[in-house]
Amino acid sequence: MASVCLYFQVHQPMRVKRYRVFDVGWDHDYFNDNTETNLNNKKVLAKVAAKSYLPTNTILLKLLENHPELSLTYSFSGILLEQLEKDFPEILDSFKKLINTGRVEVLSETYYHSLAFFYSRKEFERQVEMHKAKIKRVFGVTPKAFRNTELAYTNELAKWADEKGFTAILAEGWDSFLGWRSPNFVYKPKGTKKIKTLLKNYKLSDDIAFRFSEKSWSQWPLTADKFADWVSRINGNGQVVNLFMDYETFGEHQWEANGIFEFLRQLPTEILKHPDNNFLTVSEAAKAYPAMDEVDVPYIVTWADTERDLSAWVGNAIQTSAISLLYSLEKTILKANDPELTHDWRRLQTSDHFYYMCTKWFSDGDVHKYFNPYESPYDAFISFMNVVSDLKLRIEKKKQPQKSLNKKRKHIETSRNFPNSIGI
Amino acid sequence: MSLRVLMLGWELPPFNSGGLGEACFGLARALSKKGVQITFVLPKKLDVHMDFADLIFADVDEVAGNLAGAYTTNDSWSSLFPTNAFPPAQDYIGGALKFAEKMGLLAKRYKGSIDVVHAHDWLTYPAGMVAKRVLNKPLIAHVHATEFDRTGGHNPNPMVYAIEKKGFEIADKVLPVGGFMKDVLIEKYNVDQDKIQVVYNGIDDCRRDLAPVLTAFKELGYKVVLFLGRITLQKGPEYFVRAAKRILDYEPKTIFVVTGSGDMEGYMISEAARLGILDKFIFTGFLRGEERDQIYQAADLYVMPSVSEPFGITALEALVNKTPLLISKQSGVSEILKNALKVDFWDVEEMANKAVAVLKYSALKSDLQTEGQKEVRLYSWAKTADQVINVYNQVVH
Repeated sequence: MASVCLYFQVHQPMRVKRYRVFDVGWDHDYFNDNTETNLNNKKVLAKVAAKSYLPTNTILLKLLENHPELSLTYSFSGILLEQLEKDFPEILDSFKKLINTGRVEVLSETYYHSLAFFYSRKEFERQVEMHKAKIKRVFGVTPKAFRNTELAYTNELAKWADEKGFTAILAEGWDSFLGWRSPNFVYKPKGTKKIKTLLKNYKLSDDIAFRFSEKSWSQWPLTADKFADWVSRINGNGQVVNLFMDYETFGEHQWEANGIFEFLRQLPTEILKHPDNNFLTVSEAAKAYPAMDEVDVPYIVTWADTERDLSAWVGNAIQTSAISLLYSLEKTILKANDPELTHDWRRLQTSDHFYYMCTKWFSDGDVHKYFNPYESPYDAFISFMNVVSDLKLRIEKKKQPQKSLNKKRKHIETSRNFPNSIGI
Repeated sequence: MSLRVLMLGWELPPFNSGGLGEACFGLARALSKKGVQITFVLPKKLDVHMDFADLIFADVDEVAGNLAGAYTTNDSWSSLFPTNAFPPAQDYIGGALKFAEKMGLLAKRYKGSIDVVHAHDWLTYPAGMVAKRVLNKPLIAHVHATEFDRTGGHNPNPMVYAIEKKGFEIADKVLPVGGFMKDVLIEKYNVDQDKIQVVYNGIDDCRRDLAPVLTAFKELGYKVVLFLGRITLQKGPEYFVRAAKRILDYEPKTIFVVTGSGDMEGYMISEAARLGILDKFIFTGFLRGEERDQIYQAADLYVMPSVSEPFGITALEALVNKTPLLISKQSGVSEILKNALKVDFWDVEEMANKAVAVLKYSALKSDLQTEGQKEVRLYSWAKTADQVINVYNQVVH
């Protein structure tokens, strides 16, 4: 039996606008860029929605109708859902339609798409709870399986998820801990009781997510029947094929003109041609198959680049100093007990901010490997740090109530559109 | 058989007034290491040494005791000669033409023993054109600056422009030091695009840690922001002073060091005084060699706010001395360097914003240093020499 587990990550960060040292103390709107650049969050989301989310949702809804055997798994960051609620309700509705079919599972993750697990366990747990409440409110379901930001995984995280009662947790099927073993089985994380781990088949996943349009690839062009054939070959020496990828793969990373939508349309039919193949959601797969062995991951493994570690987020001095400074504010922020302040602090925890400060591919000239809305990693750092300086100033001011100050704050608050849509 | 090049320059270190001499020297040395035989011709006798090349002086008669510096503009030339005893525009042009005249005699000696003539900037183009004719060999016109760069587009000297244009026409290949300059050559000089090959400058990475300077300030907790270059319109000194004013609002413990000399030095001083920040400025005059490296190493940030900068070799000099960089987007070097902060030269606010960030956040300084160090190794003169040899081979065969 080869059970195909299709899982899509749907996320867009709130990018920090160009924020200068002169803005500190005056401007508290960090995310409202309205230029023509890719720092304009609404503009970026409109583009991604039109090129990817909407057409892909339409295709998958139709496929779910035509193939009763098909099932899918998604995860949504809380800040993406906020943005959809505020500016693109019709896109959110199209996601709701998918989930209402009853054959689409939604996973748990951190609300702010953060790396909080590695910096503050308490803050991490708060964000998981916020996310759970949000998913329940928006989609009416309660997640049973967990995936961490960037698929960052360790034994510790698996133990935590086990204790919280999750049935499954996702990880990269990386050779460093798998050794000769195959990612195409269900495993038990070391030190856990009930939870199972599903490992991404990075070869087959990346054939779609990264190599699909690569004309220099020996297998180009990739067709659905060829891909289904590769999947079917797993019969006899594997049980699950975990295809995990960013949802933007469809239409944004791989373009419609290169045939990605046609590939997707044909994929279920081609996979189901083999009588031993089927589709399962993450939780269904964890339930259907016994753990074949134990996996031991004492260090952090992610789904990113050849290192599969966190170096793309916290690999240099600017990244580590920025993230440490941010988490050092936890106590004072929470003590200030100001929802707006806390929400801003948390939106700054989104992993993308630190990714934009990555310099590791910069020097080799291989800048196309990653997407950066800033002119350089250093520019990303400067705006971020100036914003954190302003945040610190707001905490200070909160501590010492001054009349004149309150007046000013009030003016600022009424002039901005703070969403109730956090809704938790 | 190895390539034999007749290279024509105007100045060489330590008798250089700017980057041109350094660039000629660095390139010639790297070419010779790769087996190119170089005969380097200077217009007049100087006490310089080039153990890797055959150095020849054309012995051009001196005008008023000195040849004009390679960067002399019409205006500054006039200020050298307060009376009208010398018709200004013609004297440095006169020097270039005299060089060409001498070259006519000199080149005959090299008949049959030269493969390529390589001339650096307009002052040597007349001589280069003569050498090409006498030797019947291809001419390479290397462009470190055009008249539009030197004057910032204001009042370019028509005779200099004419010499440059003629030089580009006669040359078999034209080598600008940056992509922006390539556009200038096409638009303003009508140079055939296929004749142009951009060749970025390089640097030899061999700086060691030197004895610290400005220590009295450093011990008091002051940060040092450096301006280094000729103090002329082209280098944007006024933007540096205005940014300094803004930086001091946020980082009052900052000292601004100005290294170099030029016709806008007086303006820079009076502008700093007018803004009430002259006490935060130190003017060191022109420095070279170790003293220059010491200043780079003392600086927490090197700012190059050039209005127009065909390349900007000082940016690479700063990097090999581990100095973080803030450079104008209008420089050729900003086309290749990634690990530098960049800004439009006129955007004083953004210049101050970025400078403040470097002074405030040590992580930013250290990443710019480490990544910059790694990157600058990619831009060695050896790499530039390979590209130039490639051009030689195209025109010789």
